[in-house]
Amino acid sequence: MLKTFKLGGVHPAENKLSKDSPIEVLPVPKRVAVPVGQHLGAPAIPLVKKGDTVKVGQLIAKSGGFISANVHSPVSGKVFKLDNVIDASGYRRQAVIIDVDGDEWEDSIDRSPEIKKEIVLDQKSIINRLNEMGIVGLGGATFPSHVKLMVPDGKKAEVLIINGVECEPYLTSDHRLMLERGEEVLIGTKILMKGLGVNKAMIGIENNKPDVIKHMTDLAKDFDGIEVYALKVKYPQGAEKQLIKALINREVPSGKLPIEVGAVVNNAGTAFAVYEAVQKNKPLIERVVTLTGKSVKKPSNFQVRVGTPVSELVEAAGGLPEDTGKVIGGGPMMGKALYSLDVPVVKGTSGILIMPDEESHRGETGNCIRCGKCITVCPMGLEPWLLEKVVMHKDFARAEKERIMDCIECGSCHYTCPANRQLLDYLRLGKGTVAKIMRTRKK
Amino acid sequence: MNDVVLYAVLSLAAIGVAAAIILYFIATKFKVIEDPRIDEVEEALPSANCGGCGFAGCRAFAEATVKQGSEKNNLEGLNCPVGGNEVMAQVASILGLEVEEKEPLIAVIRCNGGKINSPSKVSFEGATSCSFAHSLFTGEGGCPFGCLGLGDCEAACDFDAIHINPERGLPEVNNKCVACGACVEACPRDIIELRPKGRKEKRIFVSCINKEKGAVARKNCTVACIGCSACFKVCEFDAITMKDNLAYIDPFKCKLCRKCVEVCPTNAIHEINFPPRKKKDGDKKTPAKTLAVKHPEKKKEVVVEKVNLTEKVKQEEKPAEKKTDTKKPGPDSVEKDKKTDE
Repeated sequence: MLKTFKLGGVHPAENKLSKDSPIEVLPVPKRVAVPVGQHLGAPAIPLVKKGDTVKVGQLIAKSGGFISANVHSPVSGKVFKLDNVIDASGYRRQAVIIDVDGDEWEDSIDRSPEIKKEIVLDQKSIINRLNEMGIVGLGGATFPSHVKLMVPDGKKAEVLIINGVECEPYLTSDHRLMLERGEEVLIGTKILMKGLGVNKAMIGIENNKPDVIKHMTDLAKDFDGIEVYALKVKYPQGAEKQLIKALINREVPSGKLPIEVGAVVNNAGTAFAVYEAVQKNKPLIERVVTLTGKSVKKPSNFQVRVGTPVSELVEAAGGLPEDTGKVIGGGPMMGKALYSLDVPVVKGTSGILIMPDEESHRGETGNCIRCGKCITVCPMGLEPWLLEKVVMHKDFARAEKERIMDCIECGSCHYTCPANRQLLDYLRLGKGTVAKIMRTRKK
Repeated sequence: MNDVVLYAVLSLAAIGVAAAIILYFIATKFKVIEDPRIDEVEEALPSANCGGCGFAGCRAFAEATVKQGSEKNNLEGLNCPVGGNEVMAQVASILGLEVEEKEPLIAVIRCNGGKINSPSKVSFEGATSCSFAHSLFTGEGGCPFGCLGLGDCEAACDFDAIHINPERGLPEVNNKCVACGACVEACPRDIIELRPKGRKEKRIFVSCINKEKGAVARKNCTVACIGCSACFKVCEFDAITMKDNLAYIDPFKCKLCRKCVEVCPTNAIHEINFPPRKKKDGDKKTPAKTLAVKHPEKKKEVVVEKVNLTEKVKQEEKPAEKKTDTKKPGPDSVEKDKKTDE
């Protein structure tokens, strides 16, 4: 019997069109726009100015606070200007725009292809190195990784969980990364274990990736304390609370973090970035991004430098299909439609999904008939119909009371609703508003 | 049999009397003494319970007025915008106080982008909520400050005073508006402002709140305020301030002379309830160009430096400027902002 989480969940079509496409290194573009806020928390503060020459891996923006991250140049060339550049939402955010010249790397980065297995740094140095190298969670939330390893007083970490689930349909970047760079991912896991101070790690992989499960299980035999687990295919298995429940059968209490039950969860891509940071002194400047869609000529997995415009990936995959309706940053369940193709790839971009027009439109919204399907599928045990209602009526006190902050925004309710109600939209609005209200309360 | 009926009736009567006595004593012991004036004031109020006064309904406002009236002997800070001066005068007379007459206000929509002037670059499908759309993206037109046209303001209004015009994609306020402030609260972008209705209901305001640089703003909307300061330079009453690439007209200083409306190169300044003016010879854009040619030194100082310095410069130059008011068509001058015309 495969492990799984008990409450809720849905089974959208997997559509892993790009799972057999090996990672392709995308050529460096002519100009990149590197946003200074690619992570949760305060945006980084730029250190360079117009006209400065930069090398690949050079620090160009310094962490802006405790919860923040460094930003490094993904290219070598000259800083064209510091300007506000559009992000996925169309809003403009500060970015460093660099005109590319050659591909000169910082001398401190080890570019040799050999895989370094021995971990020399101690726990504290590992945490510092992750901070210096700007490593953030690559599962999508982009939480600064060094902060995650700093266990608060009074709490104890028992196990490190590596998230190789990739439950979103269409996305395959973690799939290919584990298949092609599996050993590096495992070394990164060992580094994270050392940084956290635990000797047990569990890697969860959804059962729709049998090649990855076999490969990682074989490789893991050479690594102490790391076990690979196949998980039942169910969305959202990749959500951290659901992953913790499936693997160690513990429930993270409402409003609390996984450390409360002794677990820390990191994405497989993050483990790879950690390997590169600690063993090769390489900052986070590139990542694997899936470019996919039913009408895309060549659904691919590209290794892309941060700051590359999305249009470059689209061109490399055969161009924008004629029948394009939406271009989504992320997967079809939780992703958001992009405002334009000029948006730069950032640390949190795991995939770009080009959806044909006939699938891109929402159905006509009807009345809620209290059928209860949304409640059945909610993996957090919430009542989405009620939360939608109270948010529409702006009763945010009630929304907070009904645990809207426990919502993980997985979209299962929105996906299931037979009346096509805009559930996820109102839940996101409600969460944002309640979070703002909570922040303004006196501590 | 008769005895049973008799006993039944008598015991019921006794219970009734006992209950009456208990209730009487409880009523006397727990009696709440309320100022009878609260009821009187409540009578005088419009009973809309809209919250425009800042209190939870008309009763709460009545209680607050009586409380403040007795404690502080004034009604400062208390106003019923729906009832207006008439109702406040009544409330004041009930309490034996004086109340200042306030300028009647009305909601003003400070955006003229919408579907026509800020055409859609993407199409939105999702919750019909401006708050949601604002948190999701800039809006179909691309301006991060512009009206989203999804009607949160219309939904918030209790007085049927504001409606989204489906062709323009913008809200329109009619004369049922009582300036309660519900739509101002509801708008996630602070586009709506309560401004004085003005002498004979005439008012002038800048219909834009975009704080981006002129060139950037213009890319998304043809009637954006580009912060060119032409209006600022022409205003003789110090009513206009420039801040963050945006002009703002102070309604209490504005004398409704309309000079700013004439010079605005993007038609961002609106005049409401004025009779149509006679057409003058020449382009609307000419006056702005002339100004630039006439005072090239001043243009450099004003446009390049920050606002406070601008104010200072304007004050210093004021006396000399007033005399040179004739607008003659001048030679073509290349202005920075004009280059962004599509």
